[in-house]
Amino acid sequence: MTEPDPKPAAGEKTTPPVKIYSLSTCSHCKATKKLLGECTVQYEFVDVDLLEGEERRAIIEDVKKFNPRCSFPTVIIGDKVIVGYKEKEIKEALGLE
Amino acid sequence: MNAEELYETMRKVQEPKGYYFNRDRERVFELLEALLLNKKRYGYPGCPCRLLCGDREKDRDIICPCVYSVADIAEYGSCYCNLYVSREWNEGKIPRVYVPERRPPEKMTF
Repeated sequence: MTEPDPKPAAGEKTTPPVKIYSLSTCSHCKATKKLLGECTVQYEFVDVDLLEGEERRAIIEDVKKFNPRCSFPTVIIGDKVIVGYKEKEIKEALGLE
Repeated sequence: MNAEELYETMRKVQEPKGYYFNRDRERVFELLEALLLNKKRYGYPGCPCRLLCGDREKDRDIICPCVYSVADIAEYGSCYCNLYVSREWNEGKIPRVYVPERRPPEKMTF
């Protein structure tokens, strides 16, 4: 177990952890990464098309747990799952709207 | 073939059918480059916005332009990737909504 992050100072905004399951070639995935970058939100991503073998199979199973259709991008923001580049939903989940 | 040549080749085939490239040229050339990359990687120009399995026969339905683009352009004015669109979509006469995945899950064999 890791120690939880220290509580933010009063008035400081925090965003939930963000993870993107993406494809390196996909325009909606690129748009999603760009949006998060513009919102100065830190995120993790994995380009599933660039994986091979067991790693690829394991990640695909992970994606299917969040999004059974396994389409991209699948964006995880805290406990919310957003499928596709949906700017408004992404910003809402981040608490930016 | 480079992206410019692909653009011209596809434009001549698709425009008479009423399918146009998105006016956002940056987006279009990003997608055309991705199609050329997929052709190099897998041997066929599979959809850049979908996970390809590497088997041409199994991915036949998502070789660009995919079989779902006809229904998607009819319903939403755009294909899944926003590569091919209708004239009305380009002119902003219909709302630009996110095009949901139409490919049936059982086709996804990756």
